[in-house]
Amino acid sequence: MTNASSTTDTAMAAGAEGAAQAAGAASTEFDLHVANASDVADEEGVLVRLDHAKKSFGKTEVLKDISLSVHTGEVVGIIGPSGGGKSTLLRCMTLLETLDSGTLAYGNLTVAKDRNGKSEYGNKDVLRKAKARFGLVFQNFNLFPHMTAFQNICDAPINVQRRDKAQVEKQARALIKGIGLEGKEDLVPCQLSGGQQQRVAIARALCMNPDVLFFDEPTSALDPELTREVLRVIRALADQHMTMVIVTHEMSFARDVADKIIFMDGGVIVEQGPSEQVINNPQHERTRAFLTQYGN
Amino acid sequence: MEFSSMMSILISGFGMTLQIFVITLVGALPLGVVVALCRMSKFKPLALLARFYISVLRGTPLMLQLMFWMFGPYYLFGAQLGADWKFMACSIGFILNYSAYFGEIYRSGIQSIPRGQYEAAAVLGYTNTQTFFRIILPQVIKRILPAMGNEIIALVKDTSLAFVLGIMEMFTEAKALAAKLVSVVPYVMAALLYWCFTLCVEFCLNKLEKKLDYYHD
Repeated sequence: MTNASSTTDTAMAAGAEGAAQAAGAASTEFDLHVANASDVADEEGVLVRLDHAKKSFGKTEVLKDISLSVHTGEVVGIIGPSGGGKSTLLRCMTLLETLDSGTLAYGNLTVAKDRNGKSEYGNKDVLRKAKARFGLVFQNFNLFPHMTAFQNICDAPINVQRRDKAQVEKQARALIKGIGLEGKEDLVPCQLSGGQQQRVAIARALCMNPDVLFFDEPTSALDPELTREVLRVIRALADQHMTMVIVTHEMSFARDVADKIIFMDGGVIVEQGPSEQVINNPQHERTRAFLTQYGN
Repeated sequence: MEFSSMMSILISGFGMTLQIFVITLVGALPLGVVVALCRMSKFKPLALLARFYISVLRGTPLMLQLMFWMFGPYYLFGAQLGADWKFMACSIGFILNYSAYFGEIYRSGIQSIPRGQYEAAAVLGYTNTQTFFRIILPQVIKRILPAMGNEIIALVKDTSLAFVLGIMEMFTEAKALAAKLVSVVPYVMAALLYWCFTLCVEFCLNKLEKKLDYYHD
């Protein structure tokens, strides 16, 4: 586990409007495992690699030959219309769905290999190792309703990763502070607002010390005000160079926080590139048409 | 006969009633989980077997099932079982019968848990066993408590069926007393005792429900 050479306080703790301002500000115990370690990435610094991924549900082809790579410290935004395959892509990368064909690797760890046009997944051990490398934040939080915020964060590190309880609890307390929920650790999810629940869900994922964090429309279930507080936490994470893949409908947020934007439609990657370019100056007609709906 | 001696006979019968009640719960509550899991198994033969088990045990009278366990071993295999067998047969009959009902209640609860809970657990790396015992079952218990309460209260009264095996539980005692005294009073007293017992059970169930009321979905 990397020690908290924590460079920032989060926006929440600092109470600042923009997380960017908080970067470089007074440090806290925000013990965040940032995957800058070369030991988990492959030789090219790629943390997640997907090659020629295909996935169908029945006769519907949802992913048609998708290839993408996420580098260490990179923030990738995935945008596109509903039904375009964004969520399925994320679910395949987080092993909630299996690929029909294609390769999936987490750095130096190959999870699924393509053999004669069929994905062959590694054994239980490989999958377990892979799961330790990523975290996923869901659209509707999926916190465990019978556990307090604190238990939600601590339970898996203690019982799945079998880490030292005192150390996990220390990290959890730091995370709770980091997401601005100090004093609310003993509340159960139903006593928290949506935005607070989603922040707990982010802390829960972070406490597993993942190398990469996936977000599946993390603010789609929230009103604008609550959206803002969740986005601030994600922004703070980006400032700390957390590797992230974010499926979102928040275009300006994607432009500001992501290094790279992928526009997906109809199961293919229509366009990808630096975020400014894709959002402000899209090359493809479909991307342009999509972005017009967001006032771009 | 004096009221107090009637009461003491009934109370001694009540001890046996309580024993049957507790043994059935201790056996059938966990066994029901197994039944539910088999019933939902992806391995079709096992699921089918569990369906058959539930169907037979729910589809035939408990009294008949008790007789079957009591006399089945002798008629089927010529097994000579001692006097202890009576209580054994009674326990087996009750536990298996109630495990079928409990199993279906568990199943309804398990299937009502949103898929997101399983997905969150999977992403966090919980094993299937951990997911079930740490995440799913605690939520299931809260959800099924009212339905379970119904069954548990039904069990209080069903214990009286043990009379067919000649087990000296409260109803058997009441029947004997009523016959001996040519009076309905023992029945009334037994009824009151059953009722008091169910009131206690209801009280405990309410307590538990309150205790689990600290959250909602």
